[in-house]
This record gives sequence, C-alpha cells and structure tokens, in this order.
Amino acid sequence: MEKLITFLCNNELVSVQINPSLTVLDFLRNHRKLTGTKEGCREGDCGACTIMLGSLIKGKVKYKSINSCLLPIADIDRKHVVSIEGLNNSELNYIQLQMIDEGGTQCGFCTPGFVVSLTNYFINHSNYCIEDAVSALDGNICRCTGYAGIKRAIENIITFTGSNDVSKAGPINLLVQKNLLPKYFLDIPKRLKNIRTQIDKKKKGKVTKTNIVSGGTDLYVQKWESLLETDIDFVSDYGELKNISKRKNRIDVGGAVTIEEFLESHLIIKYFPNLKEHLKLFGSLPIRNRATIAGNIVNASPIGDMTNILIALNANIHLRLKGRIKIIPLKEFYLGYKSLNKKTNEIVLEISIPIPSKRALFNYEKVSRRTYLDIASVNSSILLEIYKGKIKQLSLSAGGVSPIPLFLKSTCEFLTGKEVTPSTINDAIVIVKSEISPITDARGTKEYKTLLLCQLIKAHFIKLFPESIDAEVLV
Amino acid sequence: MRSYDSIQHVRGESKFVDDLTAPEGTLFGYVYYSPIAHGKILKLSFESALKVNGVHSVVTAADIPGENQIGGIILDEELFASKEVHFAGQPIAIVVAEDRVSGHKGAKAIKCEFEKLKPILDPREAFEKGELIIPPKIFSIGNIDSAWHQCDYIIDGKVESGAQEHLYLETQGALAIPLEGEGIRIISSTQGPTAVQKTAARVLNIPMNKVEVDVPRLGGGFGGKEDQATAWAVMAALAAKKLNRPVKIILPRQEDMRMTGKRHPYSSDFKIGLSKDGKILAYQVWYYQNAGASADLSTAILERTLFHSTNSYFIPNVKATAYCCRTNLPPFTAFRGFGGPQAMFVIESAIHKAAEVMGVEPSFIQKKNLLKEGDEFPFGQKTENCRAVKCFEEAEKRFDFSSQNLRVKKFNEENKLVKKGLAVMPVCFGISFTTTFLNQASALVHVYTDGSLRISTAAVEMGQGVNAKIMSIASQIFSIRPERILIDTTNTSRVANTSPTAASKGTDLNGFAAMDACNLILERLIKVAAEVLHTDNSSQIKIKDELVYLNNSKTEFDWIKLINIAYIKRVSLSAQAHHATPNIFFDREKMKGNAFAYHVFGTALVEATVDCLRGTYVIDSVKAVHDFGKSIHPVTDRGQAEGGIVQGLGWMTLEEVIYNDEGKLLTDALSTYKVPDIHFAPKELVVHFLEDVPNPYGPFQSKAIGEPPFMYGIGAYFAIINAMKSFRPAKSIIYNAPVTNEKVLMWLHSND
Repeated sequence: MEKLITFLCNNELVSVQINPSLTVLDFLRNHRKLTGTKEGCREGDCGACTIMLGSLIKGKVKYKSINSCLLPIADIDRKHVVSIEGLNNSELNYIQLQMIDEGGTQCGFCTPGFVVSLTNYFINHSNYCIEDAVSALDGNICRCTGYAGIKRAIENIITFTGSNDVSKAGPINLLVQKNLLPKYFLDIPKRLKNIRTQIDKKKKGKVTKTNIVSGGTDLYVQKWESLLETDIDFVSDYGELKNISKRKNRIDVGGAVTIEEFLESHLIIKYFPNLKEHLKLFGSLPIRNRATIAGNIVNASPIGDMTNILIALNANIHLRLKGRIKIIPLKEFYLGYKSLNKKTNEIVLEISIPIPSKRALFNYEKVSRRTYLDIASVNSSILLEIYKGKIKQLSLSAGGVSPIPLFLKSTCEFLTGKEVTPSTINDAIVIVKSEISPITDARGTKEYKTLLLCQLIKAHFIKLFPESIDAEVLV
Repeated sequence: MRSYDSIQHVRGESKFVDDLTAPEGTLFGYVYYSPIAHGKILKLSFESALKVNGVHSVVTAADIPGENQIGGIILDEELFASKEVHFAGQPIAIVVAEDRVSGHKGAKAIKCEFEKLKPILDPREAFEKGELIIPPKIFSIGNIDSAWHQCDYIIDGKVESGAQEHLYLETQGALAIPLEGEGIRIISSTQGPTAVQKTAARVLNIPMNKVEVDVPRLGGGFGGKEDQATAWAVMAALAAKKLNRPVKIILPRQEDMRMTGKRHPYSSDFKIGLSKDGKILAYQVWYYQNAGASADLSTAILERTLFHSTNSYFIPNVKATAYCCRTNLPPFTAFRGFGGPQAMFVIESAIHKAAEVMGVEPSFIQKKNLLKEGDEFPFGQKTENCRAVKCFEEAEKRFDFSSQNLRVKKFNEENKLVKKGLAVMPVCFGISFTTTFLNQASALVHVYTDGSLRISTAAVEMGQGVNAKIMSIASQIFSIRPERILIDTTNTSRVANTSPTAASKGTDLNGFAAMDACNLILERLIKVAAEVLHTDNSSQIKIKDELVYLNNSKTEFDWIKLINIAYIKRVSLSAQAHHATPNIFFDREKMKGNAFAYHVFGTALVEATVDCLRGTYVIDSVKAVHDFGKSIHPVTDRGQAEGGIVQGLGWMTLEEVIYNDEGKLLTDALSTYKVPDIHFAPKELVVHFLEDVPNPYGPFQSKAIGEPPFMYGIGAYFAIINAMKSFRPAKSIIYNAPVTNEKVLMWLHSND
C-alpha cells in the first residue's frame, strides 16, 4: 500500500516510500522531527498544526494554509510543504518579533500555527488590511493571549510591510526583500517544476477505487486511524473533478472543488454575489482550503452549511458509476440520517446549480454557539422571486432540525402565491413547525432549535423585505 | 526585554513534552477509562488487548507496588479504579504499546463488565443525600440575624455558574524513563512537580529521592495541571518500571476532555439587605460546590470562594456557608481564580437584582460599597493600600461611564431588534496560597566563568511569563544583559519541595527567592571587587551595565573579569535561597486571619450588543483600570490581563460544559466546546495600568497578575443581560451562566 511521494519539505527535497494515508502532521513530527507543528485537537478546530502547502499553478506557486492533522501525505506529492521551521531565518523576522514584542505569544503552543497562518496571509494578498488578516486567523485558537497582542502585532506588520505597496514582482518577492520569508522561496517554482519533469508522473484523472478521500476534513476527524489501513484513492487533485464551468443556465461544480475555490471563483462571484460573504461562516480558512462541496453533501450532516445553501438553490448532483451518469435533485438525495440515495461506489462527479433569475432574492442565516469556525445550531437558506407582489418560486431549507438537511416543502407550497406580510409569515411558521423534528444535543435543546428556526425564517423576510415587513410587528 | 521562551516559541523551536526526542525504545501508554459514571467493576479482561499487534502490556491497579492513591489534600482518589468507578472517564488501566495507534486498538479491545449504580450529578442532590467531602465551612462577620431588621430592602435569589474546560492547547502528558537502581526520571507537563514526585514515590513504593521530575514548560495550564497532571505522570512511571522501558503518555484531546476535571460548577442561594441609600448592610450566601467524584483541590477552592464572597465591597454583616458536594463527575479542579470567580458572580448577581428592585443602576450600589482603607473582610483581615475606590474612579473618569450610558440609552431607543448593554465589574483578589505553608519557594543560581547564568526555581513556565520576570529580576540585580541569563527547567533535583506554580504566586515567591540567591552572589562579588580595588568599604562598589564602579567611576573590571577573579580566588559562584511570605496566617478553626500578603484591585467596563431577533451577541469592548503595582515586565503583565479577561468572557458566554443524564460529557471536542476565537474577542480591549502604585510586598514593588483579570470577564454576563433587559424591560432576569445564545433567545422570546 506504500507509495512514493516526492515533495519539497521547507528547503529540502524529500522522496519517501510511505503509507499515503499518513497525516502530514505525523510525518513532520515523527519522521522529520519537525516538532514546531503541534497537535492540539486533531480535528481542524485549533490550528496549532497549520502548515502552508504550495502548488505549482501556471508557473507560480499558490500557497494555502492547511490543517496538517487532516492532510494525507498523498496530497503533498510534488508540492511545497512549509512548516514553521521553514519560515525561520537566522534572525527573527518582523512577524516573529512583533508576536513577541506585542505579547502575541504566551505559552507558545499555538504560536507556530499563528505565524504560519499570518505569513500565508501576507503571501496571498497584495493589499493588506487588519480585518482580512484577522479573518485569515479564523482557524487558529489561542487560549492565553486573548488575541489582543496578536492584533497589535498584525497592525505593526502591515505598517512595516506597507499596504498597497506590493511590487509588481508579487508578494513573495516583497516578503523575501523584507526578510519575512527566507530567500529559498524564490527558487521554489523552479524546484517544483524540476520535480515534475524528473518523476514525469502524469496527472491522474480518473477515480478507480471504492474508498475515496478528497478534502478529508471530516473523514480524518472521524477515523484517521482506520484510514491508515485502507486502500484509498486520494482525489483532491483529479482534473476531472476540479472544474467550475457555466453551461447554459447553470453552473457546474466539480466534486473535488473546495469551498474556498468555489467562493473565489469568478463565476460564483458573478452569479451568486452574496455567497462569498455567507460562506465565511463555513469552517475556517484552512478548512475551506481543503473541504469540498461534494464532501459536505455526502457527509450528509443535517447541519452542513453548503448543503443547506445548495438545497435552496435547487442544485442537482451528478453521480457516476462505471461511466454512467445519474442526476438527482439534492432535495431528494437524503433518505434518512446519514443515509443517501447513492450506491457505495457511485461518486459525485459534479454539482450543478441553476443560475437564479436576476430578480431572485437569496439569503442564508446561521446561528451557532460561536459565530466563526463552528457548526450551526440551526441554519436556513431561502431563494425566492416576487412576481406582481406575490411570492413565486420559493425554495426554503432548514438544517439542524431533522435527521436530514431539510427542504421545507409544505412551507414552500403554502407561501407560493402569497404576499409577504407579517401574518403570512406567522402562518408559514406554523407549517414550518409541523415539518421539523429537532433533537436535543450539544448544539441546543429541541425547544431552542424550534424557536431559532422560526426566528431565522423571520430574519430572512426582515432582511429581504425591509420595506414591507415591519420587524416590530413580526418579532 | 525578549524572553528566551518567546524567541523559541515564534520559531517553533520550543520543546514541550511530546516534542522532546524520546529515548530509543520508548513505548506509548494509552489510557483505558470507565465508560459509565458510577458502578462496580465486576470483571476486567484484557487478554484480547494483549493480542493486538504492537501491544506490550496492560497495566492496572494490580501492578502497583505501593499505594493505589493519588489524592493530594485528601487521600480519596485511586490511580486506577480497582473495585468501583465514580465518574465516566475514570482511568482503569493503560495499554502500553509500540505507538499510539496500536495502544488505542488495545484499549478498544479491553472488556470491562460493570454493575451500574445511579450517578449523582447535581450538587444540591449530593447535599440532600449527605454526600459532603468535608463538613460545611462558614465565614462570618457582624451579626447577620440582627442586621436584617436595619435593611430597607431584602432581596434573595438563586445563582448558577457552569464548569469551564481549561483547554490548555497542549494536552496532558508525561514521559517516564527508568534509571538504574529503583530510580525514575519523569518529564511531566505539570504545574506541581513535587506533587508528581511525591505521588510517584507513594505509588511505586520508593523514596522521593529516587524520583526526579523535570518540567521543561507547559503549553498552558490555567490550574488544569496543578493537581491533575499527576495521574498521567505516575501511570507512565508505573508502566516504565513494569516494562523497564521509557513510556510516554500524551492524552488525545477528546480523552483529555473526558478524563480531566474542570472549573467547579456552583449552585448558590443569596439573601442581600440594603438601606434606602444603597448601602449593603447584610449578605448571606450558601454555596453548593459541585466537587466531582473526589476531593482533588476542591476544599481549598471552596475556601477561596468564601474569601471572595464579598468581592470589592465592605459589608458589615456577612454569613457565607459553603458545601463541598461529592458527585459522579470528574473531580473538578483548580482553574484561574480558584473558586473566587464563582463567589464574585454570586455577589454581583445579588447587587444586580437589588438594583433592579430598587430601580437604580448596579454601578450605583457597587460604588457606594467599595472597600476603603482599613475595612475588614469577613475573614478578619483589614485592607492595606486599598485601591478599590481609586481604580473605580479612574475607570469612571477615563472611560467616561456617564456619557457611555447616555450613548447606550440612545442606541436602545433608536434600535428595536438590536440592543446594547453596559456593565461595570470591580475586582478585588487576595494574593497568597490560602494554605499558608505553601507560601514558600527556593532558587538556585549558578554563575559560570564565561559570565553566563543559569537559574533554577520552583516556578513552572506555562506562558504566564515567570521566566521573563525572573530573568529581568536577575539582570537588574547584577546589572547585566538579560541574554546572559538562562532560566532552567523546573526540576525536583535542583529545587526541592516546591509548591505548585499557582495562586498567581509564581513570580512573587520564586522572584523573591531568586532575588535573594542573586544577592548572595552579588555580595560576594562586591567583596571580591572591594578587595582587588583596595577599599574596605564595599558600599563604594557598584556594578552598572556590566562594569564595576568604584565611587561612581569606572574601573578596569567588567562582569566577566570580576567573575573570573572571584573564581580564581575560590569564591562560590553559586547560591541557593529560600523565601517564605512573612506575616501571613490563617486559623482554620476560627476561620480568621491575615490570609493574604496583599490584594489586587481593578475595575472594568464591559459593553455588549445583542441581536434580539437571532439571540446572538458580541462583546464590543472591555476596558479596565488595573492595579499592576510596578510592573517588572509590562508586555507579560498586559498579556496576562488581556488573556485573563478573554478567558473570563468565555466562561460567562460561549463555554458550556454539558453532561448528559448519565454523567457522560457531551462537549468533549473543540467542535462542541467553543472557546473565544479571534473574532469573538472584543474589538476593543483596553487595559490601563494604574500609575504610581508600588507594592511593598512584591518583588521590585510588583503585583501578582495571573488570576485577578479573569474576573473582569464576569462583567460580560451583566452587559449581555442588561441589553436583553432593554428588549423586555418587564421580564425578570435569571442568573445562570454561561449566558449562551440559547439562553438569550429563550429568555427573549419565551413566555414564562
């Protein structure tokens, strides 16, 4: 089951025959003794294990911050893995100095993860601002500092780096110039190209095995140990699953497209302009850099963010089995708790999302214990059009209130053809309550979830129809 | 001054227990624990575990050569459950294997049959059933019974506060290496190396001098590794002895969360009496502490609850009663504040409710009752250098309470679905271990002939910056560059009989000890310098910036030269010193005494915004005026204040530990237990250092900082409920922390 994996580990070319399921976290710590990368939770919720992963795309290296605890080593083949050690110059760099001088580090266990995430932010942007930099740390937990020192450090680093002042050569050159990155980063594109030609491996395109792992952000949480003993197709780079394209009135999204690729795609920004903002509530940046749309769908969590949105957007999924393609509306994909209308060896080839009409309105609501990097207690999406003062083509979903990601069918039928008034909405809420069956768990009691969903449905209408809905009357 | 530790941290080069290069042949210990909260062990079978590839051994209570006992204060806790289990997560055995994965497989293969018994989870139920770990403790002052007659208002109520998971980023762990003879070396992530040493000796039945405990540093402790780091270290030592191989135990996060204790949940009743003009005349309170399945540090924590029952206020008539209730949950343990926050939440709730009844702002009552110089606490100590009023007034002025109130009022009039709330939170926290004998420490200082220093103390570095402070103290005493100084790991062979690094006392105790040891060496060096400079009067000699001065003029001697002359002259360049806090005592019979060396004071203003449609909130700002004394290391002190505040906010808001009806932890992962992240932390976090406030009882006039700021976070609870209250002014507030989104929404929109 071992596999030859060749990659750059910081400033070193590494080629190992190894179990491809092994996490990069374990590889760095146990095989390379690079212990700056820490295990804090092994579920992508703390960021102490954050690394950067650089891939060669059109001659340039694109770096992403990733939780190495959920990253199989198979997926770093021919890439550049950067751990905290790979960012060290002989002297402390300005990011490191500021983290010390502003009190951004105390016990130090989370610190490498913060330094890596921050560096990744500076590599990936050209106009620096504090809000974006803070958002880039949405996957890093610090239990000591209260983040105040880290925020002060960020401000100082941005001043030092100079916003809007990135040379044409790109951020990496600038950062090397400013000693924020070691010089060897300049040679990485060439060195990655060399690996490609040396081992002359064709980029595989086809899924062949039954067990597949793409982003792995849930599978590696649930069963990383048994994955070590499973023969797996690691599909996250498979070309056939990576496209986002427009076909007639729909957007097709490949099964291995990540959340971050999705929300940054120009097609999505063009046709679903507010999704980018909504999806900031999905996991954290390192999770979004790995988690896939298809994974969120087949994971079948009743509370998945993407699933909830895609149900309201009337998405269809395209399943493939031995070359044959079957198309199923997402609304009909879930049979029961974690039970899918899908055969074991069928794979999600792509998801197609109809482009809504220009007049369509969309909203997504999510309430979780913590706003960011948390799983919702309840979420809900709505897509509708108003035609001659009445609701037309309504699609409303609800998560966390049923064993499956729910399409509120009866509520939609009830509301279709009605005017948007507080009393209609209150009537609809009675129907909503008849469609759901929430349970009490760590994310809330069933009473809370019921109330919360009703509030979120009100929130949809208050947000979308500020003129016709008097919030005070409704709430 | 940048500390050595912080430089290593930002480079990813600092070594925690799991980062150390383990000796060849090190095995991994995986803990097998009780799946049920209460029951008798009928049969434990692990034959199938031994058949798992990579498993070497299963270690149980039967393998213990000494006592199966790890209790710290009271001997009531087994290392491995032998006959009964008392909480879900209680260790029963460890599987020792080649690596973690095979260890886990082995643990899954263990079969244990139980006779299930009904668990008690609620402290009041435990109290009813007489399940008290110690008899009730009572603090009182004045005459509570007659005081009620003088009161114009008497208000009573119930207050709940929940558990809190420490969530130190580095989970519990230890590496034990068998040495020749009976010896054992344990590298442990503990705040209490001596507790590990003593307990290992007891369990292994060897003398303490054969157990060496070394603590490189901790990836966060917060109290969670004061008592509860011991078990894993001792288990590793036991397994290492049994197999004659090094054994490492690192708890996976979920297991750590399930097996270890947290901040104590409290259920309390209060009765408060006030005069018309807002003076608190009487306060009676009953605390039901949920101690969990064994004593751990609960009794000491219970005591500190009583010490802080009146927070920053002078109340002439007080009776505070505390019950230490045994339940079938993991033994709750030390956590920043050590029972103090729970007490303060009750008195603040009482004031809040009184203000509601009287139709005044809570801050009116708070201000009216602040401690003044010479006021007596219920335990008999009188305030000295009292800065409660000074901090409050400085905060009031600096943060402009009245215009903030007006702004919030206006906002709430203009906004129907979004409301804002403000709350003031004064804090007064006593500094010392309330167990007097623990207030001692020692230090060992070596100066080497190249001029570098290595200092050992009893203090454990866990991010609180004690190393930076001791380094700073030493560098000031010798007037040398801090880079010359290395603060060593904490090691029981270099510094013996250590008190745990806790109670915010790390720097006070160990700083003084280090100071004394440095001064011993300095005196010798000055004498040597006087000799070579031919003066009889050593007061004419000074070392400044690494140069020796005679009568304020430079001499040819610098630090390194001086050290070498001393060495050649056969003068000792090493010193050991011991420090004990003077003038403190506490009589546990009378419950009276000067328990604290001094108090720390401060006042914070907290602002929150509540989305009343969705039941969510944000903490907009926390602004505090804090009495740091004269700070030794301002970056560290500011960081402690900011970090403490955010952790306190977490306890009051997001952080909810949920056990199901069978005593099983539901919030056993970071996906279900949420701590503040960078977005949740307040946008504005201002900590103002109170100026010109030296503290005669701290090293270089400094004050302890670890715990006090945590309690500013309590203000968040009241800021949020004040915002909620403006959405439904007629509804009565509940005092049940944490105030989660769920509680907010249910309160705002339910009809009860």
